[in-house]
Amino acid sequence: MKFKGKVHKFGDNVNTDEIIPARYLNTSDPEELAKHCMEDADPEFVEKAVEGDIIFGGENFGCGSSREHAPIAIKAFGVSCVVAKSFARIFYRNAINIGLPIFTSEDAVRDIKTGDKVEVDAVKGQIKKVGRKGSFNVEVFPKFIKEIVASGGLMGYAAKKARRVKQ
Amino acid sequence: MGYTITEKILLSHSRGTRSIAPGDFVMADVDLCLGNDVTSPIAIKEFRELGFDRVFNSKRVLLVPDHFLPAKDMKSANQARLLKDFAEEFKIDNYFELGEMGVEHALLPERGIILPGDLMIGADSHTCTHGALGAFATGVGSTDLGYAMAFGECWLKVPETIKIVLTGKPRKWVGGKDIILHIISDLGVSGALYKAMEFAGDTLQYLDMDDRFSICNMAVEAGAKNGIVPPDKITESYVKAAIRKYKPSRKTYKAVKSDKDAVYSETREYNVSKLEPVVAAPDLPSNGKPVSGYKNVKVDQVVVGSCTNGRISDLKTAASVLKGKRVSPDVRLVVIPATQDVYREAVKQGYAEIFVKAGGTFCTPSCGPCLGGHMGILSEGEVALATTNRNFVGRMGHPKSLVYLSNPAIAAASAVKGIIAHPSDL
Repeated sequence: MKFKGKVHKFGDNVNTDEIIPARYLNTSDPEELAKHCMEDADPEFVEKAVEGDIIFGGENFGCGSSREHAPIAIKAFGVSCVVAKSFARIFYRNAINIGLPIFTSEDAVRDIKTGDKVEVDAVKGQIKKVGRKGSFNVEVFPKFIKEIVASGGLMGYAAKKARRVKQ
Repeated sequence: MGYTITEKILLSHSRGTRSIAPGDFVMADVDLCLGNDVTSPIAIKEFRELGFDRVFNSKRVLLVPDHFLPAKDMKSANQARLLKDFAEEFKIDNYFELGEMGVEHALLPERGIILPGDLMIGADSHTCTHGALGAFATGVGSTDLGYAMAFGECWLKVPETIKIVLTGKPRKWVGGKDIILHIISDLGVSGALYKAMEFAGDTLQYLDMDDRFSICNMAVEAGAKNGIVPPDKITESYVKAAIRKYKPSRKTYKAVKSDKDAVYSETREYNVSKLEPVVAAPDLPSNGKPVSGYKNVKVDQVVVGSCTNGRISDLKTAASVLKGKRVSPDVRLVVIPATQDVYREAVKQGYAEIFVKAGGTFCTPSCGPCLGGHMGILSEGEVALATTNRNFVGRMGHPKSLVYLSNPAIAAASAVKGIIAHPSDL
């Protein structure tokens, strides 16, 4: 699977309060949450970004609250994937669990800037700027995580398990 | 080669696993799974989609609508209603209605529901608080909760452990909050990313459970998976008293400790005997420095409460500073006891009267303004000093408002002075 889109780059320690502020947590409707995606990190994000675009973050992306509303807002907005130097652990598992593609690559984040067009090859584990030679490698997921990703998230994994349990 | 307490708990909860090491993935049986009114609605939806007609164990699912209750608006009321209906339908014993409800991470230990040696997951990042009891407790997401309600298990990566050795007796006005802010300021907000933080050292004998809860509560602010204090006599007497008082469904437990030859990724020592109260400046909990380093920082609002510092000893400390004083006319003081028990006790002990007489407010238990929910949202440009756990951009309201973090004594003194202050300044 390949993701191609324009990059919106953020700094270190982007927290889930910035991704989806608590004032919108009185709903869990993905469409509603998408309207406020990244609002306190960049109030104009939803105006500037289009479906398929890619979010880049620095260290510890998605730190803070466990709200799954954060990756849901990003996914429902139509962001195709998130690339960061590192992810906070609850955001990491939430993204895996709900099927929001995430990739870890320090080098890609260092080199790539807002506005760059990039292509992320999820199968090869590579990120490259469109029209440029050379690519950056992403960290490979452990086997267990790959299984969940391949099931489309934890609920896909669970559905298979539920069938086994019920049989 | 020995195991740390975190590794031991993960191993004993992973069926069919004979040994574990940091980096391994396990599917662990959970003793308890927890959700609140923000995170449970998504979990409930996921659970229902799986088509199960019962939860894995109706005594082990905990639903605490603490974030936006008393319902701040209609949408929040609808979310809370979802929890209540679900609890009724699936006969969940541990659902807490207003009047009984408290901030989840203060309420559950108080009632003896979480016990030493337990493995608990919670769809709330501050679930790590419960590690103060010598349990493995970690924050997860809503989908994890939905999955756990169905299967009674959760996927976890075995973390490496950082051993934090605390030495020396803390000075007056210095508590668990100052110690953890000091540690986070040293480690940084991702300094313990994916790791366990295990606390040890002679300082623990001076730290009661409330201090230990404050410390483990903020382990996540250093990026940690869990914070944990190996159980000792202080833990035991707290847990036994809670079991006696509330008679929870489980009354026995097996306390676990780290082996002498356990392996740590790193050991850090902090001598806290000379530590001053610490205040963390906006907008990261790692921006801590001694309170004496703040000169003329005006505050518009002071908040005492939350899962970090809303327990009875916190309110006692704040009341001792505020007794006979008046809150500055330029400051709003919002005191929120973490649970109904804390509320009742604060009334009984006269703390509530001290707060109200001083010109402060005394509210019903809730997470309140900590996460920018309600009961004290900041306008553009306002500054708050809070005993809460996060001072991120816009955390308590407007994106251009500011939050400083401190212990309850500093908060109370600052409410009187109108600027960040130490009780000795009064």
